[in-house]
Amino acid sequence: MSSYVEIRGIEKEFKLSDGSKNLVLKNIDLNIRPGEFVSLIGHSGCGKSTLLNIVAGLDKPTQGYVQVDGQLVRKPGSDRMMVFQNYSLLPWLTTWENVALAVNKVMRHKSKKERHQLIAHNLEMVGLKDAIRKKPTQLSGGMKQRVALARALAIKPKLLLLDEPFGALDALTRSNLQAELMYICNTNNITAMMVTHDVDEALLLSNRVVMLKNGPGATIDQVLEVSFPHPRYPTEIMDSTKYHGLRHELMQFLHKQQQVKYIESQIVKILPDAV
Amino acid sequence: MFINAKNLIFQRQIKSIIAPTFGITMLLVIWHLLSLHPDTSLPSPFHVITNTWGLIIDPFFNKGGNNKGFFWLILASLERVIFGYSLAAFVGISIGFIISLNRFIREAIDPIIQLLRPVAPLAWLPLAQAIFLKPDPSAIFVIFITAIWPIILNTALGVQLIPRDYSNVSKILGLTVFENFFKILLPATLPYIFTGLRIALGLSWLAVVAAEMLLAYDGIGFFIIDAYNNSNISELILAIIYLGGVGLFLDKIMAYLSFKLTPQE
Repeated sequence: MSSYVEIRGIEKEFKLSDGSKNLVLKNIDLNIRPGEFVSLIGHSGCGKSTLLNIVAGLDKPTQGYVQVDGQLVRKPGSDRMMVFQNYSLLPWLTTWENVALAVNKVMRHKSKKERHQLIAHNLEMVGLKDAIRKKPTQLSGGMKQRVALARALAIKPKLLLLDEPFGALDALTRSNLQAELMYICNTNNITAMMVTHDVDEALLLSNRVVMLKNGPGATIDQVLEVSFPHPRYPTEIMDSTKYHGLRHELMQFLHKQQQVKYIESQIVKILPDAV
Repeated sequence: MFINAKNLIFQRQIKSIIAPTFGITMLLVIWHLLSLHPDTSLPSPFHVITNTWGLIIDPFFNKGGNNKGFFWLILASLERVIFGYSLAAFVGISIGFIISLNRFIREAIDPIIQLLRPVAPLAWLPLAQAIFLKPDPSAIFVIFITAIWPIILNTALGVQLIPRDYSNVSKILGLTVFENFFKILLPATLPYIFTGLRIALGLSWLAVVAAEMLLAYDGIGFFIIDAYNNSNISELILAIIYLGGVGLFLDKIMAYLSFKLTPQE
């Protein structure tokens, strides 16, 4: 069975203005099955967002390729819709209009009635039926992210990309939205790739967690299988020994990366040319 | 005691007038005191009103030539402003967008902007006269060249400050250049454009009076020069008050338009 998303040999090098090169990603290989939820975890600046942008088509790799449902990714497209950390809702449009902007463009071949139903259904799914006429400034952070989610889901993308979607929210809102996202992804069999800092979030939502090492030349360290059955209730699974084991591995990984980062910074101080 | 909400609002309105009234009264008092000094030709506020009563009472008189009421003078000045300002708005907003979206053009035009912007508006007048030969186009040109810089710069700034995520959303959804401009670029930049327009309007009003003073042709600027030549200080002061009033009014209109047309808030 060919993978739904195939990431092969991705390498990304940035050329800086002073002529030097910054190798961010090296040799990234990853396959994602249909309906699978994969999380990318790693330190800040390790390149997880860069990888996500490459899959989205917003950035081009220096080497390697990405295929989604058999098609090569060359540029951004509505089949790979992204949910950003800063919601990126257009502030002059209402909740309804923000979702409509996407639906009317991507689903333009559908009838007006179908599109209307699509917008209404998705807004109801994220629980915003009563806020459709409000503008983003009148919404809380959690509500804004729900609009962004509704907008992404309404255009029925093949791949849902999430870049630290709940990072800007408080813990309570975060756990609510995590539960909602999990439910929506399960019931609709959505394939998703999420970048996150939050280890518990990754374990709650994902089928697999990909651990990305620090740069330069970040590669995949390990891929963890998270085999709890759905639906997952945080209070239930977080008490299990299996959960503790997985969490421990992830935390160890992150700590190790932190240590490597520290040691490297020390080496740079002593021998500036060594790294 | 029954507290009437209407009374409270009324009280608050009264309170909000107290400070400005105090300020203006103080100004009038200082003015009056200064005018009492023996070595000055500054008329007191009362003298100004009595000397110019005819002009205040009837702003609409028209005795031909340049002997007109304030209404006609201000109208003449405003006409020039509208012409020069509209032209500056159209050209300025267009240039503002173009230089933000095309790097080559930006780097080509930027030195010109840097070079011409510091030139005082009035310095353009002789050149404008030499080119256009008539006073009206010259004045309009001076207004144009004064108003255009803040419009260009604020529009360009607005485009620059559009969050990266908006353009990412636009790319992912596959919006056409047309759609991207009208649905994202324009609404996002509108508040900045209005800032530029508002500043430019104030500057236009300043420029027109200066240009008219030099051209000594028509409008309120001419009135000022004429009053000066006739040593009619009361009329000068009245003109200044009218100038300030019209300028304030124009700014308020702009502020209102800006509030109504930028749907962000």
